[in-house]
Amino acid sequence: MPMRRSHVQTTLNGEEIDFLCEPRQSLLEVLRDELGLTGTKEGCNNGNCGACSVILNGRVTNACCVLGVEAEGASVVTIEGVAEGDRLHPLQQAFLEEAALQCGVCTPGFIVAAKALLDAEPNPDEGRVRHWLAGNLCRCTGYDKIVRAVLKASDAQEVTA
Amino acid sequence: MTTIEKPAYKVIGTRPIRPDGVEKVTGKALYGADVHLPDLVHGAVLRSPHAHARIRSIDTSAAEALPSVLAVVTHADLPAVADTVIDTGEGVTRASDMSLNVLAGDKALYRGHAVAAVAATSAHEALAALDAIAVDYEPLPPVLSVRDAMRADAPLLDENRRTKQPDGALSDGPSNVAAHSRFEGGDLEAAFADADAVVEREFDTKMVHQGYIEPHNGTANWNPDGTLTVWTSTQGAFAVRAMLAELLRLPVSRIRVVPMEIGGGFGGKIGIYLEPLAALLSRECGRPVQLTMDRTDVFQATGPTSGGHMKGRLAVKDGVITAAEVSLAFEAGAFPGSPVMAGAMCMLSPYDVANFRVDAYDVVVNKPKVAAYRAPGAPNAAFCVEQLIDELAREANADPLAFRLRNSAREGTRMITGVAHPRIGHEETIGAARDSDHYQSPIEGPNRGRGVASGFWFNAGMQSSVVASVNPDGTVNLIEGSTDIGGTRASLAMQLAETLGIPYDDVRPTVADTDSVGHNDVTGGSRTAYASGQAVYEAGLDIQRQLVERAARLWECEAEDVSFVDGELRHASDADRRLTFAELAGKQMETGGPLQGRGSVVARSPGAAYGVHVVDVEVDPDTGKVDILRYTIAQDAGTAVHPAYVEGQMQGGVVQGIGWALNEEYYYNEDGRMENASFLDYRMPTSLDLPMIDTIIVEVPNPGHPYGVRGVGEVPIVPPLAAIANAIHDATGHRFTELPISPRRVVEELHHLR
Repeated sequence: MPMRRSHVQTTLNGEEIDFLCEPRQSLLEVLRDELGLTGTKEGCNNGNCGACSVILNGRVTNACCVLGVEAEGASVVTIEGVAEGDRLHPLQQAFLEEAALQCGVCTPGFIVAAKALLDAEPNPDEGRVRHWLAGNLCRCTGYDKIVRAVLKASDAQEVTA
Repeated sequence: MTTIEKPAYKVIGTRPIRPDGVEKVTGKALYGADVHLPDLVHGAVLRSPHAHARIRSIDTSAAEALPSVLAVVTHADLPAVADTVIDTGEGVTRASDMSLNVLAGDKALYRGHAVAAVAATSAHEALAALDAIAVDYEPLPPVLSVRDAMRADAPLLDENRRTKQPDGALSDGPSNVAAHSRFEGGDLEAAFADADAVVEREFDTKMVHQGYIEPHNGTANWNPDGTLTVWTSTQGAFAVRAMLAELLRLPVSRIRVVPMEIGGGFGGKIGIYLEPLAALLSRECGRPVQLTMDRTDVFQATGPTSGGHMKGRLAVKDGVITAAEVSLAFEAGAFPGSPVMAGAMCMLSPYDVANFRVDAYDVVVNKPKVAAYRAPGAPNAAFCVEQLIDELAREANADPLAFRLRNSAREGTRMITGVAHPRIGHEETIGAARDSDHYQSPIEGPNRGRGVASGFWFNAGMQSSVVASVNPDGTVNLIEGSTDIGGTRASLAMQLAETLGIPYDDVRPTVADTDSVGHNDVTGGSRTAYASGQAVYEAGLDIQRQLVERAARLWECEAEDVSFVDGELRHASDADRRLTFAELAGKQMETGGPLQGRGSVVARSPGAAYGVHVVDVEVDPDTGKVDILRYTIAQDAGTAVHPAYVEGQMQGGVVQGIGWALNEEYYYNEDGRMENASFLDYRMPTSLDLPMIDTIIVEVPNPGHPYGVRGVGEVPIVPPLAAIANAIHDATGHRFTELPISPRRVVEELHHLR
């Protein structure tokens, strides 16, 4: 039988919202099925691939490994909250310019994870980028162009700042 | 067909942003699992816990009685299929095998084999309802390797299967060997007898998965009027439609397949798994039904590509490879259809070998039915042959690239099939690798080594069709039917822009559903930029012809007096009479009405692809870990339409090959249970495992394409397995003949030597 649903209040991409969800639903399910934010992808549903990366209270988190009810009082940033209106985030622009995506299904997770990195460390070197992104799997690109895009975005941020 | 001189290109060879890019970096692109429909319900699939079992009975009554359950289906709900084969464009499968694979019949043939499917009010409820289905299994001993399966006393997956032998006759007795094929030429025994040196080894590889990040999905809505709409992530919407029509016994015209964005395929998203189940469930419950796999299902029940056993013997005389005797036995999984023939036909194709005998065995085992995986069969076969060639080069005291160059196939060289190569670029590609900064730099330090290997892939042509509509403002909408997995919207739009002499941004491509565009074969076989590109070119020429006729009408002259140059209509003798593409596009109503160009092709000259790889490794003899220090790939792309996406294909293929070489395998226990069916345990390469992958694009234009395009997607996965094994041999002096060359294997084999 369907479970009784809980009421949750949270800040999602800067906006205070509330939603109902079953206690067994993951944050990933809530984002995708209850809130219609399908940019966050499911690749494995057990924390191995990073396709569902979101920033939860400032930390990169696999949304499949957190319950929706745990978002109570939290701040959540998803891929839908990375661009500012029509203005792409430097990471998004760099991914496009560097052809850092092929199928694109891992891309939201990579961009969200990389954003958390650049928010904390504006000037990572290649080794740091590779280490940080090791929790995000991409099967198309071999990572070369992804790493280049993140390094390029970090340079672009510097110029903007 | 003539090849246009390359320097004339304005758009081809540039690196514009892909048309679907912004949607994909902002999370707005809709993949198969993102489909939401009114009244949508969700399903789940019950799968066999046994690798091999007779299914005595299935009782679904308790599940059907649950209030949340809307429909339950089993194999009994599938109609009897015709005795026919379905050609999906990258492999041929009997309809009956496909039907038995999507829902098991009398037998479960691998762990994870679908047995029943449920639709319920939520995905959680559907999953819970599976527990209420009672299946009475009689477990049977599983057959888990080609060596076991080929034994005379092996348990049989299908008691009625006979071996199709090289002469076409069927074997007398039943067997797990579905087919034995043979290629022979020259005088093998004389060549071996006359050789300066002969090398001989056996090799073993394991099943590996394509590893796309997006799990399979399928959403179906069976309308009361008997029409069916299916939304899915597939490499070929028309292949899905054809397969569904056979399995469900529906006219093709009643099925509409909507290709959603696809999260990787690599060959593994050509076959169907969930789509027919979603269709049956939707028919039963009258609501749209969505099914998605979890990652364990993806590993256990889809993909993979074959593991197998290989035996090779090669001879050299005066620096020339004079003889090759190779036997390949590949696991097909539960139903026939391994890529062993492709492997057999590829492995010697970089070379000119006069005397050969190649045997290929397609062997069924109690593992998932294999699916295409990037140059199917070729990487395993190259793992065998390219290591033996490395040994021959050492025997001949030759540099491994110089040895390959000396023995290289070229235009006119016959492959083992007897077919002569057209213009190919293996020699140029070897040269590019040899001249690379990488190969010219010494490798130094203990436990370090360098390896090289060549790879060949046929590339496919097949059918494509497109329609291009010219808008009054001079922009063009391109309607195509090729799934875009890695940037083909861009490469097709670029070819149309080139043909029409208009800016890339003025072409807007859309991948349409099966009701909205003519037939297109799968995005597979590295065919899309080549074959759909040719269709796009034809559509561009069609538009050019019509523009010329319309200009002639406006100018009241003969069409012969009008030419189309650089995106402009010009009059032969009156320099004042000129119209830009956009100007004439704005006069459609007065010149004959809406202007559309069509292109339909059966592309028959794909032009083979060659790659030559150079890799440096460092082996830690204590931990067994192999680090890739440097990797360079040189590959003939014919003409690189969008060089960044060509590089991306090269880099991605290499990294899949690195995973295959060093880490990835289906690890089975003796009961036939895959023990590592998660990304964590299967362990594909991460960003931390790799250096940058250096690329050298060689361009030997394909004479069979108007812009010289060759397919690029598959061949980069062919050489890495052998190149890395050759590098590890260079570093350690030990030849690894089993994959993966994992830390455990390295430690075991190196320490055994000590």
